Amino acid sequence: MLTTVDTPPLDPLLHRPDFPILSREVRSGVPLVYLDNAASTQHPRQVIQSMVACYEEHYANVHRGIHQLAQESDDLYNAAREKVCRFINAPTVEQCIFTYGTTSGINVVARSWGDANIEPGDEILLTEMEHHSNLVPWQQLAERRGAVLRHIPLTDDGRLRMESLDSLLTPRTKLVALMSVSNVLGTINPVDEIVRRAHAVGALVLVDGAQSVPHQKTDVQAMDADFLVFSGHKMLGPSGVGVLYGKRELLDAMPPFLGGGSMIRRVMLDTFEPGELPSKFEAGTPPIVSAIGLGAAIDYLDRIGLEAVGQHERLLTERAHKVLGEVEGVHILGPEPQHKAGIVSFTLDRIHSHDVAEVLDRSGIAVRAGHHCAMPLHKRYGVSATARASFYLYNTLEEVDRLGPALEAAKRVFHRKRK
Amino acid sequence: MARDEEELYQEHILDHYEDPYHRGHPTHCTHAHQDDNPLCGDVVRMELQIDDRGTLREVFFDGDGCCISQAAASMIVEKFDGRAIEDVKKFTANEMLELFGARLTPNRQKCCLLPWRVLQSAIYSPVEGTGSDASDAGKACR
Repeated sequence: MLTTVDTPPLDPLLHRPDFPILSREVRSGVPLVYLDNAASTQHPRQVIQSMVACYEEHYANVHRGIHQLAQESDDLYNAAREKVCRFINAPTVEQCIFTYGTTSGINVVARSWGDANIEPGDEILLTEMEHHSNLVPWQQLAERRGAVLRHIPLTDDGRLRMESLDSLLTPRTKLVALMSVSNVLGTINPVDEIVRRAHAVGALVLVDGAQSVPHQKTDVQAMDADFLVFSGHKMLGPSGVGVLYGKRELLDAMPPFLGGGSMIRRVMLDTFEPGELPSKFEAGTPPIVSAIGLGAAIDYLDRIGLEAVGQHERLLTERAHKVLGEVEGVHILGPEPQHKAGIVSFTLDRIHSHDVAEVLDRSGIAVRAGHHCAMPLHKRYGVSATARASFYLYNTLEEVDRLGPALEAAKRVFHRKRK
Repeated sequence: MARDEEELYQEHILDHYEDPYHRGHPTHCTHAHQDDNPLCGDVVRMELQIDDRGTLREVFFDGDGCCISQAAASMIVEKFDGRAIEDVKKFTANEMLELFGARLTPNRQKCCLLPWRVLQSAIYSPVEGTGSDASDAGKACR
């Protein structure tokens, strides 16, 4: 019997009709080319409809409701958590905590696990490529607890200097927190190896999966990460919801961070007993409908298959490198396409990235420009800002091709013949 | 090409961007201020020589950033070079946007208003230890 391991190629044209916004014009006669997916992705009808249906037919607050709507909302909310659990192969649903996004997940770990476990002189190892959301909470923790921050340095082509781990990972290292994919360079980091080496010195590992979970298969048990955080809005879901996964024994031992309703077992006037997982970390009314929308986004991605998504994004990234490489004056940050996800950041000689983005917008092309919440990374490469094109399953090669003429147009605006 | 006011990258804006007025440092600096736009990283620094009668004898700027922020800096420096600091104080943000000329979205108005903000602060920011020697002044300003 003939078998093939290759995933059939993804045809974005089959999926684009699911995304109403993709058929709009930016301005009259100018169709939208949405290449700002690393910031936030668009929503298919299936996700939008799941939330509309909840509001129109089932909505009530979750937890302990006796009436019919409360039970229906509870069921939908819990079903979303089960989808998340399967999606990242978590051992139990209780280990998948709904947060408000990646940032809030990191802050929960820093405040709860960090304050309880970090002692003066302990070291927290980060990388020079981190998003501010994976720098600032640890800076705040280090300030509170007298800990020391260390950073894995980068190669000139945007990869982690793995040999530096020999000296950076020591018995003093209590936590390694890193992104699995860089939101600027697109670099796919060797998370498995870092987890293994961190565990060998007794350190825990938090993986910021915001840029990888939407694009490549994540298996928290195979990865053996101690914590994984990600956001709904970068994977076809709504903003305002994210996920914190943690190993059971860690989550069980951690004190609650936010106090309030839902996170308790019982409350007396002067004290409380915390509730069980996952409620312990879900104080207050959670992002109910957003979580349900995230569940629908997972269904959508499951139907297509993340392998096909990743394969398609590699094609787009290779094409982007080719197209940008043909524009004189363009410099791409980060490694060659085989080492990166669907994120291509670049500079254009003598034109500031904001002006690049402004001119691309005239062609309907949405890219992000600036420091992408990674100021230390930009400093490392000696640039104040970059323009970033980032892709998802609905982008086409033709859309990527449009970057070329649009950048040539930017050059014509700025590189005028001097009078 | 769209109507002139709608066109962001008009000739006179690009002229200021590519060939700025007084980008550099004054021979003698009495006042200086620098600020940035943390959202986008635009930086503008203003260095002034203000005499006893409150006249801006010299106005220079330096910086790094998008076309809007740098062209706007050149425009405001050109406008107030040799003028009284009282004129600077009276110059409103709306007048700065008018001086710039092109219609700007709210996000990019921030780029345009950065040099205006820096100049407004610079006139209140005396530089300590300004000597008569130009190189000393340069050091004091940075």
